[in-house]
Amino acid sequence: MITFMNNSDSEEEPCNERTSLMSAESPPVPSYQDGLQASEAGEAQARRRRTGSNRSPNNIADGEMSDSGVPVRESALENEEEELTLKYGAKHVIMLFVPVTLCMIVVVATIKSVRFYTEKNGQLIYTPFSEDTTSVGQRLLNSVLNTIIMISVIVVMTVFLVLLYKYRCYKFIHGWLILSSLMLLFLFTYIYLGEVLKTYNVAMDYPTLFLVIWNFGAVGMICIHWKGPLQLQQAYLIMISALMALVFIKYLPEWSAWVILGAISIYDLMAVLCPKGPLRMLVETAQERNEPIFPALIYSSAMMWTVGMAKPDTAARGPSQQTWDAAEDGRENHRSPSHADSQMSETRSPVPTRPITSLEELEEEERGVKLGLGDFIFYSVLVGKAAATASGDWNTTLACFVAILIGLCLTLLLLAVFKKALPALPISITFGLVFYFSTDNLVRPFMDTLASHQLYI
Amino acid sequence: MGAAVFFGCAGIAFGPALALVLLTVAAEPLRVIVLVAGPALPPRVTATALPHVNPASGVWLRQRQRWGVSWVFLPPHHLPRAFFWLVSLLLASLIWFVSVHLSDREDAKLQYGLLVFGAAVSVLLQEVFRFAYFKLLKKADEGLAMISEDGRSPISLRQMAYVSGLSFGIISGVFSVINILADSIGPGIVGIHGDSPYYFITSAFLTMALVLLHTFWGVIFFDACEKRRYWCLGLVVASHLLTSGLTFLNPRYEASLVPIFIITFITGLWAFFTAGGSFRNILKCLSCKQEDDSRVMMYSALQVPFED
Repeated sequence: MITFMNNSDSEEEPCNERTSLMSAESPPVPSYQDGLQASEAGEAQARRRRTGSNRSPNNIADGEMSDSGVPVRESALENEEEELTLKYGAKHVIMLFVPVTLCMIVVVATIKSVRFYTEKNGQLIYTPFSEDTTSVGQRLLNSVLNTIIMISVIVVMTVFLVLLYKYRCYKFIHGWLILSSLMLLFLFTYIYLGEVLKTYNVAMDYPTLFLVIWNFGAVGMICIHWKGPLQLQQAYLIMISALMALVFIKYLPEWSAWVILGAISIYDLMAVLCPKGPLRMLVETAQERNEPIFPALIYSSAMMWTVGMAKPDTAARGPSQQTWDAAEDGRENHRSPSHADSQMSETRSPVPTRPITSLEELEEEERGVKLGLGDFIFYSVLVGKAAATASGDWNTTLACFVAILIGLCLTLLLLAVFKKALPALPISITFGLVFYFSTDNLVRPFMDTLASHQLYI
Repeated sequence: MGAAVFFGCAGIAFGPALALVLLTVAAEPLRVIVLVAGPALPPRVTATALPHVNPASGVWLRQRQRWGVSWVFLPPHHLPRAFFWLVSLLLASLIWFVSVHLSDREDAKLQYGLLVFGAAVSVLLQEVFRFAYFKLLKKADEGLAMISEDGRSPISLRQMAYVSGLSFGIISGVFSVINILADSIGPGIVGIHGDSPYYFITSAFLTMALVLLHTFWGVIFFDACEKRRYWCLGLVVASHLLTSGLTFLNPRYEASLVPIFIITFITGLWAFFTAGGSFRNILKCLSCKQEDDSRVMMYSALQVPFED
């Protein structure tokens, strides 16, 4: 149970991640397969906010360092060691940009090529009001009602999840997670593959299909819930985020989708920043217990960094510098963890006299960047909807893409400034929405008119 | 039509930009800056730790202050740049949109005039936002220089000018040509209603020129702002307006494409000399002489030799 519960297993072997810069994830979103309530609830937990528990060691560590940074330093050696703090800041940003970009690319590519995901084929039970009315007011009202229902479902799921976590019903949560990822990895992949094959008119027999889906799903389950190569796990997480986003794009009616996106960023903001917000309570509970929050459903990109923290022996610094070089040369998340891991053990052995506290251990070990899958999903929903509904215009899609990445950038900036848990959705989604509507209505006619006369600005 | 035209035009339009990105921006190894602001700093710490900075991917700087530790984050330069360009485009489109709606829709000449006006406003706004970005970078640069231990910022303003110009150019080119490229895949006949059949390829060439021009303008602009040579600024804005104006002569391509490429070439030479290049540099580069001072390499291989 303990090993099962400790979902950082796949990262544990190569590395133990702690985050230094983290943006919170979005709240749980229920899945929408009709009738599969259990998996829906599982999906609801699929988005979890991953915020502060990994930041707390960092914060405390920072606090320690700032204490030592107060100019009461006598020995130049300690001063120097304290200053020798290396942080791969740029890699943090790249580590988040690349997966978000990949997810969006997959979603946009699918939307633009596979007709299935842009056809209207019914709605989810969470958005019961139809938007087929002629009057604008009625349509607006229906979309607002749909949003209210959807958001309340999300709130209920989140509160349920927090209660389960608080009362340590780990088995239930894990069963839920497993069911939901089963559904995603098998059922949704089957549908997706079927539609892609239909679009490109490729004939495939059922035995081959069964083999492919079985392998894909089984390896996915193992990678996500147990152990696996880091990059494979990342790829699977990106895939399931893209699949979820595609289903959202298909089954949410137009206006409801935009209102839901707006409402969810507001909810995100409140749930993370308000003192009694469910996600904040989740984070605090996880911090108290000093355990990671279900890393299986959080995208993690464990980077290997060592922090040379006030280590009196040069032996410690040697391996850390080697790790630095290894991380530099390797450029791969997967390879560097193994390097640093071996060097970590070397680091700890020559220091038997000095008791290494758990915090310093955390500081020594690798740091990764974690972003919740919900953020991936909603970013991709925004960009995918822009690609699907913006009258074949690529400028709108690009503008939304740039806006979301800028929002992510700003969120990271704010995170570093405020040093507390921040939601990742509001800024990006706001920018994305603003840019979507303004580009679709203002920029598109302008650029089209310019292009028709072949004018360049 | 089809994939051949798509890939060909995409290659023409973005080939130089992609080459520039791959060779200069993406190839620099990612390293970390160690900035120390304390008084009792052993110099060898910085000597072993001072690395290159890739301005395109952003940098975290650890800033030690008396009351604690704070982190200063410089985001990757190309992304805010693209954002600034988008905002300028948005404002220009807003102005155009409002003016179109306030005017008579039927009058074709008036609409064309409004389009010209919109394009001019857009050019001016782009330059204004370029200036705003320059101010932002200057502030960040000064902040970096202040907290750096030798009073010099680790990122040279010229690198930032180059990267910002390049990203400006790329986003501008992408927005101009991506719809055209997307249409070029599908079935269709170009110019069936009497327009020029060379639409796609001339668009690709114009985009390439535009991307390169933005890069050069970025370098010249930042240098002019730095050295307060306002006539240079005026020239950059004027040449941008001129280039945009020349595209109004489409589809008479000999009247528009050729002058635009001449302007590109001249601006390229000007940017080269502004950035500190000279014929001697070219010769040295071509003869592949190795740098003797490895210390200089360690500090900044990217920085153009400091000119007093």
